[in-house]
Amino acid sequence: MSNIQDMRATYNDTLIELAAADERIVVLEADLMKASGTVPFRDKYPDRSFDMGVAEANMAGVAAGLSSVGKIPFAASFTPFASRKTYDQFFISANYARLNVKLVGTDPGVTAAFNGGTHMSFEDGGLMRNIPKLTVFEPCDNISLAALIRKSAAHEGCTYMRLHRKGGQIIHEKNTEFELGKGIVLKDGSDITLIAIGFVMVPEALKAAEELEKEGISAAVIDMHTVKPVDRELIVKYARKTGAFVTCENHQVVNFLGSAVAEVLAEEYPALLGRIGIQDEFGQVGTLEFLKKDYGLTAEDIAAEAREVLKKKK
Amino acid sequence: MDDQTLRELKDTARRIRILTIDQIGYLGVGHIGGALSIIEVLTILYYRHMHIDPKNPGMKDRDQLVLSKGHAGPALYSVLAHRGYFPEEWLHTLNIGGTRLPSHADMVRTPGIDMTAGSLGQGLSTAVGKALGHRVDGINSKVFVIIGDGESNEGQVWEAAMSASHFKLNNIIAFTDYNKMQIDGYTQDIMDLDDLNAKWVGFGWNVLRVDGHSFPALDRAITKAKRETCRPSMIIMDTIKGKGAFFAEGKLSNHNMPFDYDTAKEAIARLEREAEREKAAAEKTPGGEK
Repeated sequence: MSNIQDMRATYNDTLIELAAADERIVVLEADLMKASGTVPFRDKYPDRSFDMGVAEANMAGVAAGLSSVGKIPFAASFTPFASRKTYDQFFISANYARLNVKLVGTDPGVTAAFNGGTHMSFEDGGLMRNIPKLTVFEPCDNISLAALIRKSAAHEGCTYMRLHRKGGQIIHEKNTEFELGKGIVLKDGSDITLIAIGFVMVPEALKAAEELEKEGISAAVIDMHTVKPVDRELIVKYARKTGAFVTCENHQVVNFLGSAVAEVLAEEYPALLGRIGIQDEFGQVGTLEFLKKDYGLTAEDIAAEAREVLKKKK
Repeated sequence: MDDQTLRELKDTARRIRILTIDQIGYLGVGHIGGALSIIEVLTILYYRHMHIDPKNPGMKDRDQLVLSKGHAGPALYSVLAHRGYFPEEWLHTLNIGGTRLPSHADMVRTPGIDMTAGSLGQGLSTAVGKALGHRVDGINSKVFVIIGDGESNEGQVWEAAMSASHFKLNNIIAFTDYNKMQIDGYTQDIMDLDDLNAKWVGFGWNVLRVDGHSFPALDRAITKAKRETCRPSMIIMDTIKGKGAFFAEGKLSNHNMPFDYDTAKEAIARLEREAEREKAAAEKTPGGEK
């Protein structure tokens, strides 16, 4: 694990590769260039990197302006500032104007750790999910991150990505084909389906599935990296197959992954559902381990929820 | 500016003003005040200063306009129709369901609109983005921006102002439509802009102050701003909200005002009589405003 680069380094490297082939790629930061990891991009392409200072609303508007003259801007800040502080600018100047801005929120949810409640966003994905036509996704490892950044760049229209910054991990096979809006089955199963998203929760879901196997419960695990548009087909397929779900997200259970899955099930194929995630709480300081335990985001919490859901199945 | 040019600009502006009053009057309600206060600046930009081609609205090296006070869309629609971007008949579709001319400027719907705007405070940021993009591409064109005085209450305007001077964007020429009124009353009473010149100077801009209804004054300021080598320029225009429509001019109620089509026709008739009087006077005494 230690020789895997930080997710932010993969973000930076992928943007440099894209920029070499496509002169439209530009990068914006709001005094968090070091945090987002795009200093090497700036050093390589000083004319295509813009540090806008601590002014996220302006950054979103400037990104929209760059897009309006043909650029493909990637603009990043911590999740609460990339979302709450830019909401109307990103909504109107970028999305309503049908432009092509790639907004990135870093340190999603509990990974804000010692920065605490002011920097800990459990609602950014939900805000973004409310914007018409916007594509919203959260990669869980370095492989899907690199692939999905490329998909985002190629996608005509705005996207919002939740980006885990520090640390890296490999979950997907190297040659996996990724597509925005298409979930990936990491492990098949027949009793219950664990649908997870992001760097923190996908590994917890995999661990929970292992636990459950020991008890004779066959749990499928899906990496649902894109919440909007969500992969309806895959959800329905596993509703038919398992009839029971637990969603796992480092976000409020409202209006992000848990809601998206609940909506599809209610409309297409009613099935039992438990939702692991933040239950109507604000953020707070603490280590990642403390926060995962405190908000109930661990593999044990997921396995326990799966058992509860399965009780109702009988 | 020679007399002939000045006369032509005045005639064009009068025609634009008539189209704007007619457009909003036909619908029966609209942002007449802030549309009429920017007729002169729109006219001089689109008929004298901007490098544009109505046959090719997407021309890459064109000069662009961000109408940040997007509610003045109808004034810009009149200019664009008159300039040939789309048929004048479209003007009677303002705000009708499915129209290509919505109340607020919309680059998706209307040919010739360079930026969507309407949520106040956002235009200057997008202009900074356009100007940076042009610089990266080595495109030597200008980005013009029109900001409202009430709009200048928005903090984002000042974030954008700081960034434009930080990046030394001499390719931005902005205007403040300083008509001294906002929706709830006089700007001085609602949110006092105090010394607006000093604010923009303090943010590092090249600041010019003009009578926003005087073509020679606007022409001198724009020409000067185009020569600026390292700073963005702000041309603060002293204007009159509702200028040229007897029922609206200078009235606090004119921001988004209902008026019937007969009233619009009466205002248009008065402008036409004014044109005749001016023509007669010009024939008698050559020369005039310089």
